[in-house]
Amino acid sequence: MDNQKTYYFHDPESSRKSRSNDLKKEHQKEAEFTVALAGNANVGKSVIFNQLTGSEQIVGNWPGKTVEMAEGKLNFQGHDMHIIDLPGIYSFSTFSMEEIVSREYIAYEKPDVVINVLDASVLERNLFFTLQLMEMEVPLVLCVNQMDIAKQKGIIIDTKKLEKALGVPVVPTVAVRGEGLQELVKTALKVAEHKKDCKKAVKYDAIEYGGELENRIRDLAEMIDSEKLDLDYANWWMAIKILENDPEIKKLVASKSHKIIQYADQLAYEIEKIHHEPTFAVMASERYALANKIAAGAQIQTEIKISFSERLDKVLTHPFFGYITSAMVIGGLLLWTFVIGGYISDQMTSFFNFFQPVPTSETDPLYAILWNGAFGGLVAGLTLIVPFVVPFYILLSYIENSGLLTRVAFMMDTFMHKIGLHGKALIPLILGYGCSVPAIDSTRILETRRERLLAAFAITFAPCAARTIIILSLVAIFVSIWWALALYALDILIIFIMGKLALKAMPGESTSLIMEMHSLRVPSFSVILKQTWNRTKSLIYLVFPLFIVGSAIIQLFYVLGVLNIISDFLTPLTVSWLGLPAFAGVLLLLGIVRKEFILLTLVSFVGTDLALALNSTQFIVLAIVGMLYIPCLSTIGILIREFGWKAAGTITAANLITAFIVGGLFAHILPYIL
Amino acid sequence: MSAKDVLSESIEEYLEVLYKLSKEDPLVKTSKISESLNIAPGSVTQMLKKLDSMGYVHYSPYKGAVLTENGLIKAQKVTRKHRLLERFLYDVLKIKKDKVHAQACEMEHVLSDDAERALCHLLEQPDECPDDLEPIPACNFKFTTCEECKERSNEEIDEVGDRNEKLVSIADLNEHEMGKVSFIRGDYKVIRRLMDMGITIGANISVLKIAPFKGPVEVSVRGSTLALGRDIANNVFVEQTV
Ligand SMILES: Nc1nc2c(ncn2[C@@H]2O[C@H](COP(=O)(O)OP(=O)(O)OP(=O)(O)O)[C@@H](O)[C@H]2O)c(=O)[nH]1
Ligand SMILES: [Mg+2]
Repeated sequence: MDNQKTYYFHDPESSRKSRSNDLKKEHQKEAEFTVALAGNANVGKSVIFNQLTGSEQIVGNWPGKTVEMAEGKLNFQGHDMHIIDLPGIYSFSTFSMEEIVSREYIAYEKPDVVINVLDASVLERNLFFTLQLMEMEVPLVLCVNQMDIAKQKGIIIDTKKLEKALGVPVVPTVAVRGEGLQELVKTALKVAEHKKDCKKAVKYDAIEYGGELENRIRDLAEMIDSEKLDLDYANWWMAIKILENDPEIKKLVASKSHKIIQYADQLAYEIEKIHHEPTFAVMASERYALANKIAAGAQIQTEIKISFSERLDKVLTHPFFGYITSAMVIGGLLLWTFVIGGYISDQMTSFFNFFQPVPTSETDPLYAILWNGAFGGLVAGLTLIVPFVVPFYILLSYIENSGLLTRVAFMMDTFMHKIGLHGKALIPLILGYGCSVPAIDSTRILETRRERLLAAFAITFAPCAARTIIILSLVAIFVSIWWALALYALDILIIFIMGKLALKAMPGESTSLIMEMHSLRVPSFSVILKQTWNRTKSLIYLVFPLFIVGSAIIQLFYVLGVLNIISDFLTPLTVSWLGLPAFAGVLLLLGIVRKEFILLTLVSFVGTDLALALNSTQFIVLAIVGMLYIPCLSTIGILIREFGWKAAGTITAANLITAFIVGGLFAHILPYIL
Repeated sequence: MSAKDVLSESIEEYLEVLYKLSKEDPLVKTSKISESLNIAPGSVTQMLKKLDSMGYVHYSPYKGAVLTENGLIKAQKVTRKHRLLERFLYDVLKIKKDKVHAQACEMEHVLSDDAERALCHLLEQPDECPDDLEPIPACNFKFTTCEECKERSNEEIDEVGDRNEKLVSIADLNEHEMGKVSFIRGDYKVIRRLMDMGITIGANISVLKIAPFKGPVEVSVRGSTLALGRDIANNVFVEQTV
């Protein structure tokens, strides 16, 4: 499916395994059992996966985080298990990438057991998917997760009754607290062992649809069986899919036998005559009728509780307050980062104030490289980056896990339509405040390539953490916080204008919003800590060495005089048009690797008191250009991976042009204002 | 044109205006109608009385008129024909936007039901008119999805028959109102996605929230909460229940 995809740079969340098929086969050979986690979106699959394997898959309270499958290992009671985290889906049709990924994985790779994770508070809808897994005749364990949330809503589930109704083992869990996971793995192991022993497809008696339907499915399944198609899917399931007019399966079967398709068309016509509905609609109704029956038999709604989260929800989607809270989510994230980050940064700077770069001309070059370069890089990283990034990640993770994002998406849907996208596209955009790479990754929650490209384009202009650091440490500290906030406002305006332009360049039909709104909740403390730590860790492990080595190399070049050549070459742009000092050329060139380098290089040139080198206008212009001028290397990398060279090139060019136009304008106008 | 035709045309014009105005407030004031149609209030009152006697509205002097169920069904039908024709004039014949309304007003009265269905197929189930982006009401055939309608020939259509119940799109419900899904408009893909998420024919659905500025509609169905963009909400039709 995705074997042409390759690893891309550095970010923790992007290290989601993109695997080649051979690689995976090898993994599987090692492991005794393969266990796949499948279910609706946002039920807690990745939380369970992370708990079992110690991996770092993104979790959050909005549907569609896991877009590609992830793999990990677990050793349980001496058994090596290979665990797969599948993207969340509602059905096995073939409209989205996620559905195809999950369906083909289950059909072709035949995991030894599928753990179907369910949201206990929305049992009926979740069972609709369970029934489809049963149609596929895969070995199954049900994990009824989020039992705590169900309880809050006043729903009590009798898992024993559920087990009996379905004929499938059921384990209740609260994944965020690890409750029930031991039992879950134990049960899965039992099912997997049983499957290895008898090696047959599993028939489930629980699924029984209306007679006129059931008989026709059976007839068709028998015909498929007698034709010996040798396909990877279960006959019963294929029969249903053909009747449902599933284009992929129909094509697959048609290439082997036309007789089946003809017969199926006739059967489908008969069903449609009886029900006055297309067969897929009849099937959906039947499955839901059964799901409803089973759910009703196994759950009790004790009392209709209006929980705190529902009350909060009223405010968040209120026609007036909804917009205020939406603005607060976006603005508050920045303000919080600045206030908390600024405080910590101040403390750390005064701790490190013994650090002053030495003049290179007077000292030993090696000493300058080590002190100004390597140590300077470390100090800059510690004082300017960590203090801002940590509080930022904490709040971002809080917002992600609370369910606020879907509310903001709901409120802003109309607005997003103005740039050709629907409300859900706002989620990747807000994630872009963290890092463009996972944000572009999550544009896959959008339906078409065109929409994903539009969203990715907008994301390259969004103020990611690195840009935030630049804006805060250049403008907020040395000019004023109001100018920093104004730059954010400017950035949002630019996103909007560029979005409009992109829409002009890529006109087309836009998809409408269909999104599940999961209940708001107080995020689990441990999930937030873990997520923040993972993000910070990658910064420290991957980026700090880069800073230290990078700064040393910059100093080396400085000592050797190479930098002057670059600076001189770029002076028409940097000095004449943007009004910056000549060394800005070097800053911008290095900033392509990572935007933080703009700041680091600056510090290694002039020390931490940047006001010695730049005036207010220059701070603002440098921040604007730094913010807009180019996506960093990792972002360009993922743009190429997702959209190809041409699109990546166009986006990069658009960034450059915008940055230099806006930066130049400010350079010429600001002196009259400041 | 005979006097009878003139009368029925003007009845249809009144119903159309009543339908449009009743979206804001079910009780439509005489003055508003007279304003919209540019007809003296006296004549409007006359006509409303006549419509009342025909069973299309309930008319109360000095207050105004409310469409009856029969009136609503007829009003929806004319409005639908009008808006379909607007789309046809604009999309196919490329007539200018500001001219389609007047032209459609002339044509709507003579469009047969067969032609209406064919037009709907030709235009691929349009859901809003081109000039003011108002939603096009659903058709009156007893189909549950457009997929089914596309499959049926003109000969088979009599078998299907007419819908007797009044249909409302969920976008026209108020917050906390409910209904039973009975018709979904759109192509295969949209219908399937909705059905996969629980919005099947016959499902009970209730509106939780309607976002301002033609924003999405939040609904509750089968215990889950979904947000549907306004254009999709316009295409999900229910029989209202209490
Ligand atoms: N209260 C509570 N929250 C849970 C539980 N399990 C998961 N969550 C939360 O539910 C949200 C969704 O969890 P994920 O693991 O990201 O869900 P997923 O199934 O992987 O979702 P997709 O990848 O989007 O399909 C997160 O915010 C979790 O913290 C639980 O048992 N109780
Ligand atoms: Mg996940």
